[in-house]
Amino acid sequence: MKILVCISNVPDTTSKINFTEGDTKFDTNGVQFVINPNDEFGLTRAMWFKEKQGATVHVANVGGAATEPTIRKALAIGADEAIRVNAEPKDGFYVAQQLAEVVKNGGYDLVIAGRESIDYNGGMVPGMIATLLDMNFVNTCTCIEIDSDTVTATREIDGGKEKISTSLPLVIGGQKGLVQESDLRIPNMRGIMMARKKALTVVEPIDATAATTDVSFDKPAAKGAIKLIDADNIDELINLLHNEAKAI
Amino acid sequence: MMSVLVYTESENGKFKKSAFEVASYAYAVAQQLGTTVTAISFNADSNDTLGTYGVTKVLNISNDSLKTFNAKAYAHAITEAAKKEGSQVVIVSSSTDSKYLAPIVAAKLKAGYTPNVVTAPDNTSPFKVKRTVFSNKGFAHTTISTAIKVIGVSNNSFGAIENNSTATAEDFSPALTDADFATKSVEVDKVVGKATIADADIVVSGGRGLKGPENWGMIEELADVLGAATACSKPVSDLGWRPHSEHVGQTGKPVASNLYIAIGISGAIQHLAGISASKIKVVINTDPEAPFFKAADYGIVGDAFEVVPKLIEKLKEFKAQNA
Repeated sequence: MKILVCISNVPDTTSKINFTEGDTKFDTNGVQFVINPNDEFGLTRAMWFKEKQGATVHVANVGGAATEPTIRKALAIGADEAIRVNAEPKDGFYVAQQLAEVVKNGGYDLVIAGRESIDYNGGMVPGMIATLLDMNFVNTCTCIEIDSDTVTATREIDGGKEKISTSLPLVIGGQKGLVQESDLRIPNMRGIMMARKKALTVVEPIDATAATTDVSFDKPAAKGAIKLIDADNIDELINLLHNEAKAI
Repeated sequence: MMSVLVYTESENGKFKKSAFEVASYAYAVAQQLGTTVTAISFNADSNDTLGTYGVTKVLNISNDSLKTFNAKAYAHAITEAAKKEGSQVVIVSSSTDSKYLAPIVAAKLKAGYTPNVVTAPDNTSPFKVKRTVFSNKGFAHTTISTAIKVIGVSNNSFGAIENNSTATAEDFSPALTDADFATKSVEVDKVVGKATIADADIVVSGGRGLKGPENWGMIEELADVLGAATACSKPVSDLGWRPHSEHVGQTGKPVASNLYIAIGISGAIQHLAGISASKIKVVINTDPEAPFFKAADYGIVGDAFEVVPKLIEKLKEFKAQNA
């Protein structure tokens, strides 16, 4: 089984978000970049398939050379090879077209992407790859088991979960649950050393256009001060929620 | 200019609350474009209520094989409807199901897709929308350049707005094939009769301050009194005290309720990002330095084990008086 894990290079979840150049660009100053958390759960699940079922695991990223430390981290965690499509990720549709080309050329059976990246929250790349290549697709996937070509998966739904049966070739939009938080791997020294020798192939993008453009950004308005209510005065809280906030 | 198409979600034949919000949004877009709204509904008992929110035509699908949501089959039906109507704008919600099918619809129609949109388009030429990015820590103003646009409306952002029209339903039978059902639902395990985080007006959420899963009784009771959904912080879900589906925050479910009550949650930046779209936030925490106090509208510094039972009791009295 050949698995491709698509990884996005995103600001760490604790990052303060600011915009620059007249609010037209995300300010990367002082920002630590990491593997998108939803992708990392998928990558870790892919390691399980590698160790238990002999799968080959490649990772792919669409980005400039600056994303290579994040790609190397994925290799240090245990992916066998990496592919970087040498292009700025203009929008989700553009990225999906680039990754679909990688999937087509690599003949992957399973493509694991995060259900969304925590930067632009588009949540469209896995579904678009599946549709462009006519592969099966399970989104918000929290569990996946594979027996030859038969796939049993679980997806999170609003208010619960759904068990799904499908088959390879398949694309999943993964998230927490694919593995537990405690199963996520921190690369060890041996992994980091080995990652330096693994192939990181840079390919040029195919001719594709973006469908959307972020023209400008802004931040939510600052919050007003909190109203503190005495713990012995619950009536006041109910009064405020009812009469002032009109929330109950 | 052909009609704006809106996917109006239903469950067991009844429209979800979000269906009326997306219909209202579609009406606002249609007004801007000088056209009308067509809804596509799957096995709805009655389509009449859609008229209240500005829908004038409904493509009504009655098909037993679509009783359970199937993203590919639903996306096929919506795509076919968009082509039939010549729609240049397709509107969906931000539910888990809508977010599943929207990228499929967009790829099939070669359409630009913007999810998490919070206001009516700023402009229709070029088509420009405002959406949340960076998990609610920012907004992007995004133009869509493709002929067809797919818009995902953020839950509880636009609201359901009455625009009295009369919805005329016509039967619609998309040409589905076995390939559309290659991914099948085997079993749905869902809380019944309770509000879900995605749909609820009020969400009651518990954190590590509650000390253990055995103490969730009062969270559930408070939620019951308020008709609220229950949620939890990331550590609580990581510890296995509560299921993943209740985890709200940056890597969990986003919350956009009218009222969010955080109990024993300190308010890590990732948690606050995920819940910031909620309109009114209340925090109950023993630690007055907890970051949540900077993000909330109302707060009580106090022990949840003392405050919450009192709150339940007082709310019961309030509900009895205001019933």
